[in-house]
Amino acid sequence: MAVVFERPKSLKETKFHYCPGCHHGIIHRLVAEVIDELKLQEKTIAILPVGCAVLGYEYFDVDCIEAAHGRAPAVATGVKRCRPETFVFTYQGDGDLASIGTAEIIHAAARGENISVIYVNNAIYGMTGGQMAPTTLLGQKTTTSPQGRKAELTGYPLRVCEMLATLQGVTYLERTSVHDPKHVRKTKKAIKEAFQVQLAGKGFALVEVLSACPTNWRMSPERALDFVKNQMINYYPLGVFKSLEEVE
Amino acid sequence: MGTTRKAQLLQGNQACSLAALEAGVRFYAGYPITPSTEIAEFMARELPKIGGKFIQMEDELAGMGAVVGASLTGVKALTATSGPGFSLKQENIGFAAMAEIPCVIVNVQRMGPSTGGPTAPAQGDLMQARWGTHGDHPVIALSPASVLEAYTLTIKAVNFSEKFRVPVIFLMDEVIGHMREKVVLPDRDELEIVERKRPTVSPEEYKPYAADESGIPAMADFGQGYRWHVTGLNHDQTGNPTGKTAVLEKELSRLFHKLEPYREEITLYQTFQVEDAEYLLISFGCSARSSLAAVEILRKQGIKAGLLQLQTIWPFPDQVIKEFTTDKKGVFVVEMNAGQLCLEVQRTMQNRKLLNSITKINGELFTPQEIVNKVKEAVNNA
Ligand SMILES: Cc1ncc(C[n+]2csc(CCOP(=O)(O)OP(=O)(O)O)c2C)c(N)n1
Ligand code: SF4
Repeated sequence: MAVVFERPKSLKETKFHYCPGCHHGIIHRLVAEVIDELKLQEKTIAILPVGCAVLGYEYFDVDCIEAAHGRAPAVATGVKRCRPETFVFTYQGDGDLASIGTAEIIHAAARGENISVIYVNNAIYGMTGGQMAPTTLLGQKTTTSPQGRKAELTGYPLRVCEMLATLQGVTYLERTSVHDPKHVRKTKKAIKEAFQVQLAGKGFALVEVLSACPTNWRMSPERALDFVKNQMINYYPLGVFKSLEEVE
Repeated sequence: MGTTRKAQLLQGNQACSLAALEAGVRFYAGYPITPSTEIAEFMARELPKIGGKFIQMEDELAGMGAVVGASLTGVKALTATSGPGFSLKQENIGFAAMAEIPCVIVNVQRMGPSTGGPTAPAQGDLMQARWGTHGDHPVIALSPASVLEAYTLTIKAVNFSEKFRVPVIFLMDEVIGHMREKVVLPDRDELEIVERKRPTVSPEEYKPYAADESGIPAMADFGQGYRWHVTGLNHDQTGNPTGKTAVLEKELSRLFHKLEPYREEITLYQTFQVEDAEYLLISFGCSARSSLAAVEILRKQGIKAGLLQLQTIWPFPDQVIKEFTTDKKGVFVVEMNAGQLCLEVQRTMQNRKLLNSITKINGELFTPQEIVNKVKEAVNNA
């Protein structure tokens, strides 16, 4: 019998520890599939975040560095500049990338750093137990916005792709989601596109993946999918914000 | 000290938060980090109800910056964090020390260095609390060893910061922060709440860094008509930057030594069975609890041990150490780091040969028996 579906080589045998309905696992798998397809496993260096994906080293069968909270793009810069022949990607949550690490991501993008970024936006701090993130939607309840996020107090959720699209150094930007199979396939395509930008030496690429955190959203996995589909995409429109063709 | 308040089951972080409100804190800015997050979550719920302000900032640097800004308007301000965040706050802690801005920084210590062990207890930030930010600067650090102390010492921390215009580091640890204990809080009217000294002169006469004999200048609230300049640069009594060496010598010397006359008031500690003790254990925070249990076991086994529990870590209580270590047959410093407190005790002690360091850096609490064994080993070898 022909094998039609198997574990990507770049993923270890370890079972995911992520909560039921969490999208980190799906996104890990897509990244690993693309690494396999582009035959990058032996030259890949992953820069992992502080956040739920801090345990990425358990799953990705590539060289892993876990940076301090928010600093992955800076660490990636050092790695890539000294070893331009390697393939370097960061994998960061929205607290990591869009809060504490805002300066690092903006400046890596502005420099046109030749790295790829997987940005997992679940609109909350997962690892620390459900505090507000800069991406938390208005009205969304978290442990530090117990009345629901209010614009008068904390402003508006940060749209990272839209913000980075204004920077000349950026080559590729896309926002995707993994709430259904169609969008999972689209996300994989986006990741592949972003990785190819780096391989072609064309500079900074980032894929933002909208992602569910059923645990801290206090929702069933099913309702969490609905939340992504009906609430998150509403505020964070999917699509390509910048592409290679546009840049060239 | 009778109290009419009911017994309650409180977590250390909760007790610290409650006390902060009681002491008059009305501004909190910070960034979530284990094992301190309950304090931020408490403040997010409770501060708005009493007219206070809570804001989650983009990171700890900004959290500390906001605390500095809030305090300058005359509002008592506090932030809470743990190791990685404490490192990031150092920039503005230095600013607060230099510009003499009252503020309290709660550091619920976890294992370091770096990301370390988010939920593992440790006491490794002792030296960082003293010297984490650059340059010679004054600082106070207090450390509670129980949920009740998390309450009473937080009030002290806020009071000290307001009275002496200095950042106060509240050095908790994961055990004290997350532990739940039955406590009976002191009556509200028994609490002494201190307000910072405000100027009595007119705005024209006001010099923000001109101290009277107390050594602590009066502080005007920003936005109240007193125009003054705040800077992290070297400054003279007007608050304006200066490079005049004679002025700097005088001003920086006052800054660095301003807590000296108050050493006794600031130095807080507890003693247990020290009166007839031949062997003294010195400890603080969660390690002091294990040490106290060890003292009891040692006593039962005929070894006269006692405990000195430091509540004030900085300025270092040299006098207290001298007083309690003389005439002892052995001194044991018990701490969950590689020996930071022991170094200070060593500096202070007359007969260093009697000093023993008991340390643990694997993220696990001391068991009393471990301490007992170490003490007995030294006693038997003596
Ligand atoms: C300097 C510093 N501050 C705070 C923390 C605590 N911390 C760990 S993970 C995290 C947020 C994680 O949220 P996110 O990046 O959105 O990732 P998720 O867990 O949701 O995947 C925080 C605040 C830390 N480790 N270091
Ligand atoms: S807490 Fe949220 S982000 Fe973290 S593993 Fe669970 S569902 Fe995923």
